[in-house]
Amino acid sequence: MLGFVVRRLTVALLVAVAVSWLSFGLIFMAGDPAIAIAGSGGSAADAAAVREAYGFDRPIVVQYLDWVTGVLGGDLGRSVYFNMPVSEIVAARVKVTLLLGFLSFALALLVAVPLGVVAAMFRNSIVDRLALGFAVLGQAIPSFWLGLMLIVVFGVWYGIVPISGTDTWRGYILPVLVLSYYAMPAMMRVTRSGMIDVLDADYVRTARAKGLPGWLVITRHALRNAVLPLISLSAVQLGVLLSGSIVIESVFAVNGMGRLAWESLLRSDLPVVQAIILILALIYVALTTLSDVINALLDPRIRGRRA
Amino acid sequence: MSLAIETPTRSNAGRLARRALRNTGVVVGGGLLLVIVLVAVFAPLIAHADPTAQNLAARLLPPFWMDRSVPEHFLGTDHLGRDYFARLVYGARVSLGVGLGVAAVGGLIGVTLGLFAGYFGGWVDMVISFVITTRLALPIVLVALAAVALGGASLTTLVLVLGLLLWDRFAVVTRAATQSLANRDFVAGSRAIGRAEIGVLFGEILPNLRGAVIVVATLEVANAILLEAALSFLGLGVRPPTPSWGLMIAEGRENILFDPWLIALPGSCLCVLVLAVNLLGDGLRDITGPVTR
Repeated sequence: MLGFVVRRLTVALLVAVAVSWLSFGLIFMAGDPAIAIAGSGGSAADAAAVREAYGFDRPIVVQYLDWVTGVLGGDLGRSVYFNMPVSEIVAARVKVTLLLGFLSFALALLVAVPLGVVAAMFRNSIVDRLALGFAVLGQAIPSFWLGLMLIVVFGVWYGIVPISGTDTWRGYILPVLVLSYYAMPAMMRVTRSGMIDVLDADYVRTARAKGLPGWLVITRHALRNAVLPLISLSAVQLGVLLSGSIVIESVFAVNGMGRLAWESLLRSDLPVVQAIILILALIYVALTTLSDVINALLDPRIRGRRA
Repeated sequence: MSLAIETPTRSNAGRLARRALRNTGVVVGGGLLLVIVLVAVFAPLIAHADPTAQNLAARLLPPFWMDRSVPEHFLGTDHLGRDYFARLVYGARVSLGVGLGVAAVGGLIGVTLGLFAGYFGGWVDMVISFVITTRLALPIVLVALAAVALGGASLTTLVLVLGLLLWDRFAVVTRAATQSLANRDFVAGSRAIGRAEIGVLFGEILPNLRGAVIVVATLEVANAILLEAALSFLGLGVRPPTPSWGLMIAEGRENILFDPWLIALPGSCLCVLVLAVNLLGDGLRDITGPVTR
């Protein structure tokens, strides 16, 4: 087990390094980041001033090492637009995004697991077909459009929820509904197919044969094994939710990290964009590593495999 | 040239086609998709109005089911007086073009990487698997937004950026399928008669991955269509005045209070298109067998 964890952490560390290269390197894609930051209205002198202030005239390796040293010490650079440390700006916005992400994830899980289990138990029944239809629809509806349509119906026509902002808890209702419906279909399908595999397995038939009540067979024997792929997927979906909230936050005018990223891009505040890409990627790496370790704890067969 | 031991061959094609015609997903999804493709191809014959011609005297005309609608703009006009039906019809071209373009770029990268990782194994596999893991860690929407913002928004940039991001599933599926094929008799046989590794890879293994790759491609087409819409909606995708459904939703947002149909129509088109592609993909997965699952 220890060997597995060490191997898995090493991979995670290497991925984190690669991700830091990419999020650092992205701002050089346009050529000269100083010109991008100075903007289309900026003169050559403005660009030169930016270049000097941000040290873009130094060798790129030096810039990267400088940036990484800062990041490791909690310094994510300085915002061009706010002229404030990026870490302070992001810290003020990250809570809303995390709250939105976790609420949506919890709701998606709460719907997906029971629905998937019931669908698997009554395969090809009406319930199964409805559940699958619900999932197929969820994968086809663009989430930002669903958000806008819900705003039209419940915000404009009925006036039950505010049409923008998260000043009260009511402001969270629609964004959470939309985001959870976005994450739910894949989780439902994985639960369903996992349960179908497990329900046909010998040990479940044995459990039934020895007279264990149906619900105990499901919860104690079947679900425990069907849950392994769901754990891996959950880590992925949490990451997807956090990065998907970029679009949803701008639909609902939620002042989170996603909207900050989008606004920063529009005003060429590249250090902020860079930092948010890095944060989201690192959260994803941490989540998937954690899910692999949990899976290894639950299933001894995984521990032997190469990480 | 091949020894054809246990290779799925063309004789299976007829059986596969018969199975496809019995599959609801393939028939319904494929049928819907065919209609949308035809609409996109024959757009000038279907919509007579120019999708970018403005007429400020006739702006925000409602569609036919509302009062005040006029017969020559039966789905109304947008905030610049452009015919909404024409924009919706031409919008199908953008969505389908982006979807197919991205799947082609992503497929080329992903299938190549997957083939090499699955066939050669060892350190090649380790490096490629690491690249896949790294790609998965990147927040796709934000990276695409940033790349388009910095690279300059155009249809070509958009397709390239999304293609460079959406290759991971191709690689994962191809890698797994290649691994399971690499030790089969027909591959060993081909190698035994002295065929070069690259020849075996592209001549023997690749043709057998067709089903799996097509299923992933449908998934990624749908994915790319939704991403293009989201990026265009955020103002960093397709440039106006190109009629993109995502862009139309963004433009309609200004009038969300009084003219919600401006948002409802392009969004419904997106739903139907993505639904069609997904149904087709699910159906194909069911009939092409376990390799793709």
